[in-house]
Amino acid sequence: MQSVVVTNLWKKFGKTPAVKGISFAAERGEILGLLGPNGAGKTTTIHMLLGLTSHDEGSISILGLDMPKNRYEVLQRVNFASAYVSLPGNLTIDESLYVYAKLYNVENPKHRAREVLAELEVDLPGRSLIGTLSAGQKTRLNICKALLNRPEVLFLDEPTASLDPDIAMKVREILKKLRKNYGTTIIYTSHYMQEVEELCDRAIFLARGSIVATGTPTEIRERSKLKSLDEVFVTIARDGELRDSNDKEER
Amino acid sequence: MISRVVAMVLRYMFIYKRSTIRIAELIFFPLMDLLVWGFVTLYLQQVTQSNAVLFMLGGIVLWDIFFRAQQAVGMSVLQEMWVGNTLNLFVSPIRPRELILSTAIVGFIRATITATGLGICAYVLYAFNMMDLGIALVPLFGLLLFFGWAVGLFTSALILRYGEAAESLAWIVPFLIQPFVAVFYPVSALPPALQAFAQIFPCTHIFEGMRSVLHSGGVPWREMGISFLLTLVWLCFTGTFFARTLTYVRSKGYLTTASRG
Repeated sequence: MQSVVVTNLWKKFGKTPAVKGISFAAERGEILGLLGPNGAGKTTTIHMLLGLTSHDEGSISILGLDMPKNRYEVLQRVNFASAYVSLPGNLTIDESLYVYAKLYNVENPKHRAREVLAELEVDLPGRSLIGTLSAGQKTRLNICKALLNRPEVLFLDEPTASLDPDIAMKVREILKKLRKNYGTTIIYTSHYMQEVEELCDRAIFLARGSIVATGTPTEIRERSKLKSLDEVFVTIARDGELRDSNDKEER
Repeated sequence: MISRVVAMVLRYMFIYKRSTIRIAELIFFPLMDLLVWGFVTLYLQQVTQSNAVLFMLGGIVLWDIFFRAQQAVGMSVLQEMWVGNTLNLFVSPIRPRELILSTAIVGFIRATITATGLGICAYVLYAFNMMDLGIALVPLFGLLLFFGWAVGLFTSALILRYGEAAESLAWIVPFLIQPFVAVFYPVSALPPALQAFAQIFPCTHIFEGMRSVLHSGGVPWREMGISFLLTLVWLCFTGTFFARTLTYVRSKGYLTTASRG
């Protein structure tokens, strides 16, 4: 069953195309990496999937519902976290998670907040002001927020960008557990290719708004005949495309 | 719906729990206004033997009701931008109307606190009793709240569109209309062209109504009715403006560029 279906999605900012007719789908319980260099269009794509930015052409279906037509029904069942977005710095951890649990109409919000804090091993006092936390702690807390409503689809924009390797590993374990236990679909952007290889069932590489490679991380690497996914990333960042091995041999 | 509205009311009220500066702000600036203008008018009263002090103090207290209501709605989006929370908020299932309703409730709480504080100070310092307005206080307070929310919606839309660059607008929009809406002097004090212009604002009729109550004691229901109808028109206009701005902002991707913390 497909949780996310994107068909011929276009977005222009002024005359500049940011996303150029991309199509892809994510199965239930799949972890899909949306990868590419800065400006490739991956964050814009996630923002369109979340209804933050409207698309010019094409269609988005999430959990069988059209986005943005069914914006609020969809948003109730999905969630989002990013290393670049924080919870209100002038609230405490307890207050903030309580507010978001209420926003998502979560039953027993205080209990659920404690559950997600324990899951992510956030052992800070609930009275701590979010503004006083380190970047890594804020990121982890943001992931806690994203888990409050047990989302069926989870959108993560570079969620481990500011985490130390130990915590980043824990976050990856939690994401794997989410997928295994609840069948959560995860759409994920990251610049850490090792993480992508470890975590993602499938990856989509974007460059200049178009899909330039898709498949499992191993398939993409093997097709390109490059040594690592890092090299694939660098090649795409520099050339804006990825020629497959057959093309290379012909040349 | 109720859960989400309660969540957002709590979100704004939690801030007051530990911020004495924010609590003081609810009273401090209005009190300073009251002190300065109260003493000025007391002095003028001694010199001219007029009852201008009543109108002036009434104007100050009622203006602050409008201002607090406008600020609560108008500053909410800006507050989220300051703390980098806009994106989290707009990917949550809260509807714009629920967000607006929650800020309106916060505006009501803020306006009530300020009006009560100022009312007490005006009574203690100048023997001006707000309760002299009698039953008229209810429609005066209510209409000012609604018009404050309408102007707040307009301000919020500008902030959504222009981001933090429009911060000063949140503060100055109410003062752009203040000279024309008969807060401290009657409409008849304005030049004829401005008198006509003043009629389009609901609060002109509210402040004229207040003067009428303080002067003659009777409730000017006609002024209140006009003010009510104008408030409805303003709410429709600014509500539509807000909704269209949100659609425009989504199409341009401004919501996301203004949101990163």
